[in-house]
Amino acid sequence: MFYREVGQYKSSYPADQAIFPLTNDRIGVILILLIAYIWPPLSGSQYLMGPILTQLLVFGLAALGLNLLTGYAGQVSLGTGGFMAVGAFGCYNLVLRLPEIPLVIDFILAGLMAAAVGVIFGIPSLRIKGFYLAVATLASQFFLLWIFDHVGWFTNYDPAGVASAPTQTLFGSLAHEGGPLDFLAPIDVIVSGPNATPEAKYILTLSVVVVLALLAKNLVRGMTGRAWMAIRDFDIAAEIIGIRPLRTKLLAFAISSFYCGVAGALYVFTYVGNADTEAFDLIRSFTILFMIIIGGLGSIMGSFLGAAFIVLLPPFLNIVASNLGEGTLSGAALANLELIVYGGTIVFFLAVEPLGFARMWQIIKEKLRQWPFPY
Amino acid sequence: MKLKSIVLSLTAMVMSVVPFSVSQAQDMEQFFPALVYRTGPYAAGGSGFFGGFEDYLALLNLRDGGINGVKMVWEECETAYNSDRGVECYERLKNQGEHGATVVHPLSTGITYRLIERATADKIPVISMGYGRTDATNGKVFPWIFPLITNYWSQNTAKIKYIGMQEGGMGNLQGKKIANLHHESSYGKETIPVLNVQAEKYGFEVKHYPVAHPGLDQKAAWLDIARRYKPDYVILRGWGVMNPTALKEAARVGYPADKIVGVWWSGAEEDVIPAGKAAVGYVAAGFHPSGSDFPVIAEMLDIVHGAGQGNISPQRVGTIYYNRGVVAGIVTTEAIRIAQEKYGTKVLSGEEMRWGLENLSISAERIKELGADGLMAPLTVTCADHEGGGPVKFSRWDGSKWVEVTDWIETDKSIVDPMIMDSSMAYAAEKGITPRAGMSMGSDCG
Repeated sequence: MFYREVGQYKSSYPADQAIFPLTNDRIGVILILLIAYIWPPLSGSQYLMGPILTQLLVFGLAALGLNLLTGYAGQVSLGTGGFMAVGAFGCYNLVLRLPEIPLVIDFILAGLMAAAVGVIFGIPSLRIKGFYLAVATLASQFFLLWIFDHVGWFTNYDPAGVASAPTQTLFGSLAHEGGPLDFLAPIDVIVSGPNATPEAKYILTLSVVVVLALLAKNLVRGMTGRAWMAIRDFDIAAEIIGIRPLRTKLLAFAISSFYCGVAGALYVFTYVGNADTEAFDLIRSFTILFMIIIGGLGSIMGSFLGAAFIVLLPPFLNIVASNLGEGTLSGAALANLELIVYGGTIVFFLAVEPLGFARMWQIIKEKLRQWPFPY
Repeated sequence: MKLKSIVLSLTAMVMSVVPFSVSQAQDMEQFFPALVYRTGPYAAGGSGFFGGFEDYLALLNLRDGGINGVKMVWEECETAYNSDRGVECYERLKNQGEHGATVVHPLSTGITYRLIERATADKIPVISMGYGRTDATNGKVFPWIFPLITNYWSQNTAKIKYIGMQEGGMGNLQGKKIANLHHESSYGKETIPVLNVQAEKYGFEVKHYPVAHPGLDQKAAWLDIARRYKPDYVILRGWGVMNPTALKEAARVGYPADKIVGVWWSGAEEDVIPAGKAAVGYVAAGFHPSGSDFPVIAEMLDIVHGAGQGNISPQRVGTIYYNRGVVAGIVTTEAIRIAQEKYGTKVLSGEEMRWGLENLSISAERIKELGADGLMAPLTVTCADHEGGGPVKFSRWDGSKWVEVTDWIETDKSIVDPMIMDSSMAYAAEKGITPRAGMSMGSDCG
């Protein structure tokens, strides 16, 4: 129907190697981005921008990070929560102690910290694989959270160990009135802390996630991504054709942790506003692993689809239950029904398509190309 | 045709599901969000508390037609005690009702921490009754947060007083050893500073044992407590399934239950019944007793459950968590009454509600009038003191019910107030908050 590539000829290599070779795809992506940038701020709904979309973007980014490591490079990790925590507490301390740095640079620095920690905890991957590696990465989860729980400096000696995002502007304190960069003051909006508008937080999150997702897409299409996939599919063969396992695996850990770290920083600064180690516990690591399994291993889009499923389905079911179930069942029955439906949906989708939503989307695209005679 | 009808029915479903703001002009309705949790390891607390809270609001609606004609309405949102979902629920419900949410009871220290800055920006009072951030007691730095009745640090001073009473005087605490077995969460960690201060003051030794969520794995901690550290008392700062597990583990390693003192989130029927015999003799704190002999609880069974409008199974009416919800209902609705006296009979906004809470005073006579004599202690809140200074009572589990073993024990303000001041001022400095006028606690903020 409308999804047809007839007549689209490529006359150059760059055109053939584009991220979205089909014009239809390009238009679709641009449309989605336009809607994502314009519609939520126009709607003015804090609920839509905050707990729904920002949360989706933050966990989508974390899932993308894990997907680079697990889906592309084949290294199973249960340390996602720990790496997110490094990013979160790292960024918190940067903003608290060095308010001169613009927030976006803080995000990058926090991501780099997480990457450094990720490399250290990625070292066991050189010796062990699969489930054994998953268990080894658990160490990072417990060790990192223990540090943040017991070394008060990381949370600025808060009695309950809660790091709460300070108010910070987009370009940092140097761009305030009278500062050396005060020509930036008119566009220096507050983007974190209780006084930031939901619109500013949402747009910032969206922009960070779009840039990082685009980078990831290019990464996995290039040499690095191919090396990762070679290691994933057959590591000995990959080594024989000249891919260095040490460098490749550690790079996968570094980049994956970078993404998780930025996601952790976004969680604190643009989504919730504060966090303690509970927010990055083992359950979080498992949840993000489930996101990529349901969404599709080895797919950028799958990470976001999986995150959408895990993050949005429970509140959606809750809203359905509370609106349709008024006066029929007791609150306790509705709450448990929600869990049953949630679990049932996961089983259903995995039974129908074990390769996840990304594969489903691919099949839909194939069928659309052959419309009206799909086979 | 088939596709079209599917699309149509889907659209209809989505439309019916999208949350819409209630705008009924004919009835005056005061809206409460109920951030309930009926699933997960802490379901006993969430369902019991909100069962009592909602039943009390339903009692006012059925018996008196609301408060001066203003009906109490609420909507539940399941958080599963998960902080992210708590934030989601808060954002979903905060704008419902004529003036948005009246007050929020997060019933989770974690969710309270998530909401402090949000609610402050939204001007919605947060009542964290017997939980939450302790230094929020300083209403000058935290104008919108109300850790009413008794906060964690105050409770802790009462607990050390109780242990002192068992030892025959506070002087005898010198050289004693106390283990603090706590839930590894913002809730569990909240009392570590005050215990350290008290240890120094009274000369006892304290060792903190964190237990990871959900608290089922305590074997190593109890082995260390019973075999190596051998403390004179163990403070159980558990929550949900962690509590019966702790009592069972204590029995397994042979640590006597009567040397374990629980906090009030470890002292409900649901915490001890699953532990069976292991719980007999165990003592827990509380800011209200259990039981259904109070007139207000009896009315609840008669009027609310009699009309088939109960929000919990009738067997659980009168349990600790249920009664806590009733106390929360009383405190909240008394604040509404006081605010209505000033602002007139109407649906109150968050700011008007805050005035009501800051001028909340419940005398012993008023408690008797409400049919809650003995269920709660008198309480006076000011704009600087958002706690109200409630005393604490201790009860012993005899295998079938909680038996009160002490009278109301006053908390030790001389320890808690300076700590609250230091901690809240540090928060104000970090956040750049200018405290409201009049610096000493208890003075007027204007």
